[in-house]
Amino acid sequence: MKRYLKYIFLLIFLILLANALFVVNETEQAIITQFGEPVGDAIQSAGLHLKIPFIQKTHFFDKRILEWDGEPNQIPTSDKKFIWVDSFVRWRIFDPLLFYQTNKTETFGHSRLDDIIDGVTRDIITKNELFEIVRNSNRKLEFSIDFDIDSYEEIKASINVGREEIADSIYVSSYESLKEYGIELVDVKIKRVNYIDTVRKQVYERMISERNKIAEKYRSAGQGRAAEIKGKLQKDLNEIESEAYREAQEIMGEADAEAIEIYANAYNKDPEFYGFTRSLEAYQKTISENNILILTTDSEFFKYLKKVK
Amino acid sequence: MDDEVRYNTITLKMPKKKIITIIIIILAIIFIMPFFFTVNPEEVAVIQRFGRFVRIAEPGLNMRIPWGFETVTKVKIKTVFKEEFGFRTLQSGVNTRYAETNLDDESLMLTGDLNIASVEWIVQYQINDPIAYLFNVRDVKETIRNLSEATMRQVVGDRSVDEVIILNRQEIAYEAQELLQRYLDKYETGIIVRTINLQNVVPPESVQPAFNEVNSAMQDEERIVNEARQEYNKIIPEARGKAKQTIENAKGYAINRINQAEGDATKFISIYNNYKKAKAVTNQRLYIETMEEVLNRFDKIYIIDEDHKSLIPFLDVNKGGK
Repeated sequence: MKRYLKYIFLLIFLILLANALFVVNETEQAIITQFGEPVGDAIQSAGLHLKIPFIQKTHFFDKRILEWDGEPNQIPTSDKKFIWVDSFVRWRIFDPLLFYQTNKTETFGHSRLDDIIDGVTRDIITKNELFEIVRNSNRKLEFSIDFDIDSYEEIKASINVGREEIADSIYVSSYESLKEYGIELVDVKIKRVNYIDTVRKQVYERMISERNKIAEKYRSAGQGRAAEIKGKLQKDLNEIESEAYREAQEIMGEADAEAIEIYANAYNKDPEFYGFTRSLEAYQKTISENNILILTTDSEFFKYLKKVK
Repeated sequence: MDDEVRYNTITLKMPKKKIITIIIIILAIIFIMPFFFTVNPEEVAVIQRFGRFVRIAEPGLNMRIPWGFETVTKVKIKTVFKEEFGFRTLQSGVNTRYAETNLDDESLMLTGDLNIASVEWIVQYQINDPIAYLFNVRDVKETIRNLSEATMRQVVGDRSVDEVIILNRQEIAYEAQELLQRYLDKYETGIIVRTINLQNVVPPESVQPAFNEVNSAMQDEERIVNEARQEYNKIIPEARGKAKQTIENAKGYAINRINQAEGDATKFISIYNNYKKAKAVTNQRLYIETMEEVLNRFDKIYIIDEDHKSLIPFLDVNKGGK
């Protein structure tokens, strides 16, 4: 009997030991409760740990950064534009004891985040104009064509807060309230911002009319440049033609002048003789056949005729 | 039947000691086996003893204490992982197929001028710190997806729809990559982003025709301008040719005119030089010669005595007269 007793004790010891020992992974943290009441500090370090077997119970929580991806919410901005806002946060259980007391499990933790983040997000988004949520800096927007910026209020305005800062203010406003539940907020990010369907259709229409305007601009720019080329064509044409005319007239004028000088130089030797010979030449040239001529005997040519008579 | 017989004979032949040795060896092998494990070339193994990190095992044959003492987690640090946004590849290869699912929610985003663009992109990443990767963030892949969507929208939100769709694509990917890396580092995910590549960056479907219209308008502009240029290039050289012709004609006229003048002058001077020698006779001769020739051309010549006051036919000098 004694021989067996030894083994029974050993067995009991092993069972107790197995229940007393527990492993905490690098990714975990644990708390110990005794009859439902937490005992001691949370166990943050990974490795093998001890507890009182059966009387104490272990509760494990994740130590890593955890995800929470909210449902998209339809929220109006301060400029009365309805948008879907989809944000996500990253959080961790920084005080597992407090977390256990206030939430028990991660699922309840998520519903805390739902409540607080959704509410704060709504508050902050409704206080800001849409372009503050979409844009993040005052980086100058560029366009493929000269843009009539005045037709576009949202572009002209410079932002005061911007996307990242809005996300940060959601973070700041939620941080303290979540702390009470043992939750440390790591980060808040606005993931998606989208127009609600009716607004989206309007935006599409605006984009279409905008593009049509741009297309029109290209076409009229083409017409303008073409007109410019045609104008230059007319100008160059006039220039070429008139210059040629001028030059031709100059050349001809000079030639005429030179000819006059040549004639004058020659004929000045005896203007009387020139008049005489030139008249004779003119007779030769101008008098054609089949005419009738009436002369008097006074004429130089017939003066002998009279004498003979 | 035959086999069984032989087996029995072998067993019978073996001494009992040997059988025990073999059994011990087999047991030893069974005992030792769990101590060894292999790590593939593309991975490393993170070893934890009772949950606590102890060491990293490099590729090759490695040892550990089994039975719950030491656990091994293999992490593929050489593999480049890929996440797709706005589209899903069903099967990659020569004929890559894409899923037909509607991922508009993922791809549609607001631009800085409050328009909408559809952006599809991929993120390629690697695990560069297996310890951080395993121990710091729970769902790393989902974290990368969430952050990448947020950062891409942040970058696109600072640009006009023109910049996103028409102008500078590379810059957007580069900036998104930098931003994503910064956020991943903040969470200490142990992830390094290798590339972000923009895939399809287009206007929303119903706006697409309007964007195409702009392209065709740009082509129209070029066409209209080219047509005008062609006209210019055709007419102006022609006009220049004509201008040259006009000038050449004028030059021809000038040469002609001067030569004529010089000819006339020379002729006059040579006549004059001779005339000088016998002025009166030459005058007479020239006059008579000319008159002779000229008068010959008339049909009828009436010569009236200078004293007569009325017109009377006097003499018909014309040879062929009536």
